[in-house]
Amino acid sequence: MGILFEDGNFALFRDGFLQTVELSAISALLALLIGTLLAAFRVSPVPALRAFGTVWVNVFRNTPLTVLFFAVVFGLPRLDVHFDNFTFAVIALSAYTGSFVCEVLRSGINTVPMGQAEAARSLGMTFGQTLRLIILPQAARTVLSPMSSIFIALPRNSAIAGAFSVSDLYFTQMTLTDRGYAIFAIFFWVALAYLAVSATVALLFRYLETRLEVAR
Amino acid sequence: MSSDSSVLTALLSGNEPGRTPRVSKSSSVLYDTPGPRARARYRAFGVLSVLGIAGLLWYAYDSLASAGQFSAAMWEPFQYTAVQQRIVDGLLDTLTAFGVAALLSLVLGALLAAGRLSDHKPLRAVATAVVQFFRAMPLLIMIFALYHSLFGTSPFWALVTGLTLYNGSVQAEIIRSGVNAVPRGQSEAAYAIGLRKTQVMLTILVPQAVRSMLPAIIGQLVVTLKDTSLGFVITYTELLYAGKLIASNTSTADGYPYIPVVIVIGTIYIGMCLLLTALAKWIEARGRRGANRRTPAAA
Amino acid sequence: MRTRRTIAAALSVLALTAVAACGKDGSPNAAAGDNAPKLPTYQVKTDVKLDGSKTWAAAKSRGKLIIGAKADQPYLGFEDLSTNTRNGFDIEIAKMIAADLGFSYPSQVEFKTVVSANRENAISQGQIDYYVGTYTINPKRKESVSFAGPYFVAGQDLLVRKDNTDITGPDSLKGKNVCSVTGSTSVKQIQPYVGADKKVTQYDTYAQCVDKLLTNEIDAVTTDDAILMGYGAKNAGKTKVVGKPFSKEPYGVGLNKDDQVLRNAISDALKAHEDNGDWKKAYDATLGLSGATAPAIPALERY
Repeated sequence: MGILFEDGNFALFRDGFLQTVELSAISALLALLIGTLLAAFRVSPVPALRAFGTVWVNVFRNTPLTVLFFAVVFGLPRLDVHFDNFTFAVIALSAYTGSFVCEVLRSGINTVPMGQAEAARSLGMTFGQTLRLIILPQAARTVLSPMSSIFIALPRNSAIAGAFSVSDLYFTQMTLTDRGYAIFAIFFWVALAYLAVSATVALLFRYLETRLEVAR
Repeated sequence: MSSDSSVLTALLSGNEPGRTPRVSKSSSVLYDTPGPRARARYRAFGVLSVLGIAGLLWYAYDSLASAGQFSAAMWEPFQYTAVQQRIVDGLLDTLTAFGVAALLSLVLGALLAAGRLSDHKPLRAVATAVVQFFRAMPLLIMIFALYHSLFGTSPFWALVTGLTLYNGSVQAEIIRSGVNAVPRGQSEAAYAIGLRKTQVMLTILVPQAVRSMLPAIIGQLVVTLKDTSLGFVITYTELLYAGKLIASNTSTADGYPYIPVVIVIGTIYIGMCLLLTALAKWIEARGRRGANRRTPAAA
Repeated sequence: MRTRRTIAAALSVLALTAVAACGKDGSPNAAAGDNAPKLPTYQVKTDVKLDGSKTWAAAKSRGKLIIGAKADQPYLGFEDLSTNTRNGFDIEIAKMIAADLGFSYPSQVEFKTVVSANRENAISQGQIDYYVGTYTINPKRKESVSFAGPYFVAGQDLLVRKDNTDITGPDSLKGKNVCSVTGSTSVKQIQPYVGADKKVTQYDTYAQCVDKLLTNEIDAVTTDDAILMGYGAKNAGKTKVVGKPFSKEPYGVGLNKDDQVLRNAISDALKAHEDNGDWKKAYDATLGLSGATAPAIPALERY
């Protein structure tokens, strides 16, 4: 178990951990943005946007993230989009996670009582105002629990970036394995790191839940 | 042409029924039935977004085409029987891993759910710890560790074990919440007529829970299916592995056919997942209809 | 397998609608002209008896020799997916050894793809009888497997775009984007040249690196020159090998650590085929196609 404190392994491990956290955090924010936008598209009065949202969600939800990484890392350069592998990973992760966020939000929107939207409309609010001021805040409350599963899954999924030249925790695990350390000793520390990340996300959502419950 | 529901919406929003355009039921609540000006605006929006999306698609197509991604050489490998056979073999390996992992994860999920619902505190604690641990662990990390420790000779079992541990833990949570969602009166009534806990579970709660759980369970099976693609990191010869080999062993004037491979392999995955999702939807619809028919007063 | 064929048909329709002719045979990597060097054929020995070699005895009773190889290295260990055949210099070395061990190709020889990270495992657990695939002999590996050879000496080199002039060797790599395969020794050896503030890009196949080289995201791909030559030849006109190897990588045939008898037999086989000209012929018909002339045959190390 002491491998962490030998031969400069700690620096490698720390860098991997920070990279995983950074990748997850940025992707989470972007996924939230993409998901909200897609959800708005999917309930909007413009058929073309609805169709776009539906196609996006069906494609990205049903493609394995690994395949998506291949598409992004080797596809985007052909579209003259050149980034480093970290940015590519953020794009793949948030496009993928965004489609799940969209579906959860949409089901949340459906749980908001019709009367709310009708009341908003009778006050003369537009679609955008209704969604932004009335529906989404209420929907957010009901979707907190499924949303927390999505954002606990995100750091888990981010490990795939390690296979595409991002120096995250998976990369750390590969490197240490290659250096010949006992696999269980490596797994112990890497597992601990992921548990810490997912516990933090879970706590964050629990805090949000209590906060929003008071507001109700 | 207006359906019942849109008439209703139109009435509720105080508009003339005859003018109701065809909009989907779930979305129509959010905005008024558009008047002439709004309709013009939506149309403008529609045209703009169609143009925008078409522009993006055209840009993507054009760039890929000019990068030679649609050249004959890029797609040539797929013409060969041996290559097609390799894709089919990869697909079969994917489905085998999926089938075994799906079955085992459901069994593990049921066991863990039983543990989490148990009256014995230690058992509950163990089951909870197992579920929380494996739910937080990246599958890739698990598969890699399993392959380099216990299953060095068999990437198949490393993959299946990893898939089972993770998906089993998630299935356990789905089953547990399904059982918990059955109205309390059901179990109270069952206990009142003298059934033991196991009997209450097996004869009263689980059968009712299954109906509400099935879509979620199948949804998780879709995840299981997608995650089999991680097998490529430990050289399990599944679909993505086959695709990668095809890409890396075909060099053309414009590089390696990663895009054609992603298109072909991605289409197959999407097709399979959509089939499973459709199954989930069908079961859900069937369950709802059944629920309405059999227990009209339950709501 | 009726279902298999049905799925194959369905798949062809699904994915290959754009392609008029489904199910071609043969290879797109069509052979060069008539005067291209031809592969040698190897006389299979008939009265082989290796007393004391467990590996050989097991292979004999199974009726088949299982050889580990690489699948994605052009002209070295390459699997032609359209014909389901393997070719390359390593494959030829494997075949000449097989012939001397009394196994005829292809009926009694089976190749199995084993990736770098898994070689020691596959050998020590007996999944393969021996391994031929750019396997550098080094002391660390000798702790878990045994080597016959070396049969070829490669050296780490760089593959760059054809029009690149500023990369002339490892010393000109400071701050450049360099790519190699995840966890390989090439990465460790090149990182100091690139500098601490620039990470070497790592994918799990060289083809991914070369593809990135072609889309200008990578400035150089680094690994053994023998491997790079193959990629260079496959992408001729777009890439070139710098040609100044800066390490020595003696390739050996990997086999079970305890099988001294088999190791001697493989060494004898290598010696015999090096002396009778097969080695040179095999080189010319494989790696030689990339334009490089055959290097000197290294002396065998028997231990």
